[in-house]
Amino acid sequence: MILLGPSGCGKSTLLRMVAGLEDPSVGDVFIGEQRVNDELPKLRDIAMVFQSYALYPHKTVRANIEFPLKVRGVPKAERAEQALHAAEILGLAEYMKRKPGQLSGGQRQRVALARAIVRKPAVFLMDEPLSNLDAKLRGDTRTELVDLHRRLDSTFIYVTHDQVEAMTMGSRVAVMNAGRLEQVGTPQEVYDRPASAFVAQFIGTPPMNVLPVGLLGTNDVQVGIRPEHLLLASEGRLSGNVYQVEHLGHEVLVHAESTAGRLVARVDPASDLPVVGDAVRFDAADHHLHRFDAHSGMRVS
Amino acid sequence: MKRKLRDLPPALLMLVPSLGLLAVWTIYPLVRAVDYGHKACDISVRNCRDVGWDRYWTVFQSKEFQDALLVSLKLALMTVPVGLVLGIGLAVLADKQLKGIGIFRTVFSSTVATSVAVASLVWFVLLQPQVGVLADLLSGWIPKLKNPGLLNDSSTALPAVALSSIWASLGFTFIIIMAGLQSVPRDLYESAFVDGAGSFRRFTNVTLPMLTPSILFVTVVLTTRALQAYGEIALLTGGGPQDTKATTTIPYLIYGNNSLVHNDIGIKSASAVLLFLLCLTFAAVQFRGFGKRVHYGN
Amino acid sequence: MATDTVRGARKFGRYSLLVAVAAIVLFPIYAVLLQALKSGADAFDHPRSLLPVDLTFDTIRSAWTAGNLGKLLMNSLFVSTVVTIGVIVTSLLAGYAFAFLNFPLKKIVFAIYLSTMLVPGEVTVVINQRTADSFGWLNTYQGLIVPSLASTFGVFLVRQVFLQIPKELREAAALDGVGHLRFLYEVAAPLSRPTLGALGLFTFLGTWNAYLWPSQVVNDNAHRTIQLGLERLKTPNDISKFNLVTGGLVVAALPIFIMLVVFQRQLVRGLTAGAVKG
Repeated sequence: MILLGPSGCGKSTLLRMVAGLEDPSVGDVFIGEQRVNDELPKLRDIAMVFQSYALYPHKTVRANIEFPLKVRGVPKAERAEQALHAAEILGLAEYMKRKPGQLSGGQRQRVALARAIVRKPAVFLMDEPLSNLDAKLRGDTRTELVDLHRRLDSTFIYVTHDQVEAMTMGSRVAVMNAGRLEQVGTPQEVYDRPASAFVAQFIGTPPMNVLPVGLLGTNDVQVGIRPEHLLLASEGRLSGNVYQVEHLGHEVLVHAESTAGRLVARVDPASDLPVVGDAVRFDAADHHLHRFDAHSGMRVS
Repeated sequence: MKRKLRDLPPALLMLVPSLGLLAVWTIYPLVRAVDYGHKACDISVRNCRDVGWDRYWTVFQSKEFQDALLVSLKLALMTVPVGLVLGIGLAVLADKQLKGIGIFRTVFSSTVATSVAVASLVWFVLLQPQVGVLADLLSGWIPKLKNPGLLNDSSTALPAVALSSIWASLGFTFIIIMAGLQSVPRDLYESAFVDGAGSFRRFTNVTLPMLTPSILFVTVVLTTRALQAYGEIALLTGGGPQDTKATTTIPYLIYGNNSLVHNDIGIKSASAVLLFLLCLTFAAVQFRGFGKRVHYGN
Repeated sequence: MATDTVRGARKFGRYSLLVAVAAIVLFPIYAVLLQALKSGADAFDHPRSLLPVDLTFDTIRSAWTAGNLGKLLMNSLFVSTVVTIGVIVTSLLAGYAFAFLNFPLKKIVFAIYLSTMLVPGEVTVVINQRTADSFGWLNTYQGLIVPSLASTFGVFLVRQVFLQIPKELREAAALDGVGHLRFLYEVAAPLSRPTLGALGLFTFLGTWNAYLWPSQVVNDNAHRTIQLGLERLKTPNDISKFNLVTGGLVVAALPIFIMLVVFQRQLVRGLTAGAVKG
C-alpha cells in the first residue's frame, strides 16, 4: 500500500498514527482485526523505516541491526545469525563492523531496512525512505524494495510524494490531499479512473489537462483529458497556439495556449509535428474524457 | 491515555532526584532565609517572634552591613576591570598562529585549576612580611611589604586580597575571552585588513564588538565572585587586619568566625537575602547596560 | 631579505613578550613550589635565590605528616568522585525529561530549574547548615556530598545536547520497545559523551575546590577536605613551621594541575558552554 500525496497532506501523520507515534483525534486504527488505538507502539508488531534512517550513530551496523532483537531478549547467538541473514539479503555483510557515519546514503538506507526486516514484523512502515538518495540510486533501490516486498510477503505501508514510486511499487495506492483520502486503488485504476480532479492532476507526467467549466461539457462539470488522449485534429473542438515543443525521443510534448488555458498533448514523433507559433486544433475521443463535478471536484461517471 | 499524560509518570520519576535536591538545598533555604530575615530568635532558634519586614531595612542601614557593603563593592571595583583587561590582553597575545602557542595557552589558563584556598594561601606565602619572597625582592620599592606587610596594613589589605583574586580568576577570564576571540570569523579581519584598518583599529572596530558576549559573561561572573568573596578573606586577613574590618565583605560578615552576627539567625538570614538581591541587581544592570551593545554574531 | 628580517624580529619580539608574560603568570606558583622544595633554612635565605638548587622533599614530607594530608586527599577524592557521578546521573535524568518527554507544566518546571541557577551558595549556606545539623549530617560525608548532587547547570547542559539528538532516533527505539531509561543509557548518553565529560570535569573541579560549604559542615579530621586542611597548616606566628603550608599547597594543587593539563579541552568546553553559545 502506497500513501501518495503532496507534502503536508497528512500522509506521514497517518503513518505515524499507524505506528502509534501520534494519537488520532477521532477514529480507530486497526491492524488486522485488532483495534490498536491504545496499544503502545512496541506492541503493534510493526517496523518503521524513517526518511532520515534514524540509525544509532555510535553503534556499528551489526549492533544497529541487532538492537531490536537485543531489546526483545533474543539470545546472543541467535540474534547474530538473524542479523547476518538480514544483512545478507540487503548486501551489507561486509560492512557489519562499520559505523553509519562511514557508509554512503544508499548503504545507510539498507541498514535501516535490515533493522526493520530482522524483526519480521507484520507491517512495515516506510516514510519516504528514498527521498534522501540521488536519482540513480533511488531507481535501483526502488527495484530492490519491490523485490524485497515480494520475498518477505508482508504488508508494506509506504509514504511518498513521488508518483513514479507510487505507480511502480504499489500494489495499491491511496492518494491523499489536505488530510483527506481521495482515492484507493491499483495504480492502473487510479490512473485510468481518477476519483477526483485532484487525483487526475496529481498522477501522470505531464499532468492531465483539466478544462474550465463549460468546455466540452455541461455547465456543472469540468472535463479532463490525459495528454496522450489529446489528438491534433484539423477539425478539433479546441484551438490554440503552440508555444513550446519538447522532443523527448520516444514522444513529443506539444504545449499550446488555448481559450481553455494551457494544454499539453503527447504526440508520436513520427507524425506531422507543428512548430512554435502554429495555430492548431485538438480533439479527444469521448470515452477518453473524464468528468468532474465543478464544485466538489469528484468524478461524475 | 492521552499522550501528554502517558509521559507524565516517567517524567516525574526522572525529575524527582534533582527536583527534590533543589527543593531541599536551594529553594527551601532561600524561602526560609527570607522568612527568618524578619524574625528575632534566641540561640536555640526555637523561640522566634516576628519583628516585621522593615528588619531588612534596619539591617541594610546598620553600620556593620554598610561597612561590609562598601568593602565588597571596593573589592569588585578593584578586581573586575583589572581582571577583564588583563584577561583580554592575555587572550589577544595568545590568539596567534605560532609554533608552541599551545604551551602558552595552557600556562595562561593554569590558574583556573587553583581553588580559592590554594590561590589565597599562595599569596599568603608570597606576601608574608618576614620570609615571603615578595618582601625579600621588592621591599626596596614598597616598604610596606616588609613592615607591617600588605595584609597587616588596613590600607593595603584589600588591594592585596584583590591581587590574589585577580590572579586566581585570570585563567577563567583568559579561557572565556580566548574562546570568544576564536569564534570571530576570520573573514571579518580580512575585510577590515583590505579596507586598510590598522591593527589598533581592527581591535577596536572588529575584535571588541565581536567579544561583547564573552566580556559580558566574564563581567557578570567576576562581579558575582567579588561580591561573594569569602574564602580569600577567611584565609588571608580574617576580615581584618586585626579589628579594623577593612576586609570584612558581606559574606565574611555572615559566615566569618568572629562575625558579630554569628549567632543571630535573623540578621544572618536578612544579610544573606540582601546579598542575593545585590548580586541579582548587579547582574541585571550589567545585562541591561550591555544589552544594546552585545553582538551575538553568527 | 629585508622583510624576512623584519618578520624574524617581530616573531622574536612576540615570543619574548609571551615568555615574559608567562613568567609573571607562573611566578607565584614557581616561587611557592621552589620554597616547598627547599630545606627549612634555605627557604628563607636573603637575598632570596630563585634558582632550583639543593632541592629536597623534606618540607612536603613534613607537611604530609603534620597535616594528615593523605587522609584529607582521600576525603576530597571520595567526595568529589561521588558528587561528580551523582551530578551526571541527576542531570541525565532531568535533562532527558525536559528534552524527550512531554508533560503538563513542563515550561514552568524548567523555569523553576533555571531560576535556581541565580541563587548563590553564599545565600543558602545559612539555612543549609542548620538543615544538615537537623539531619545529623554535620561532620559526615553525606553532609559534604548530598547538597551538591543536583546541578541546574548540568541539567541545562544535558537538555541542550539532548535536544540536538534527532527525534526519529527516539521514535525508532520506541517502535522497538525500548523504554526511556534504556534509550537514555544505550543511545542518548553515549551520544553526549563529550558534554558529559566536560560536565564531569567541571563538577569534579568545583567540588574539589569548594571551600565555604565544607568549612561550615565539617570540622573534624576524619571528614575534612584538602582545602580545609591547608588552613590548618598556616601558622602565621611560628616562622619555623611557616614552610609547611607551601608543602601542603603543592600536595593540594598538584592533582588538579595534572588534570588541567590532561583534560584541558573538556574544561574549556565546560567553561565556554555557559558563555559563548549562551
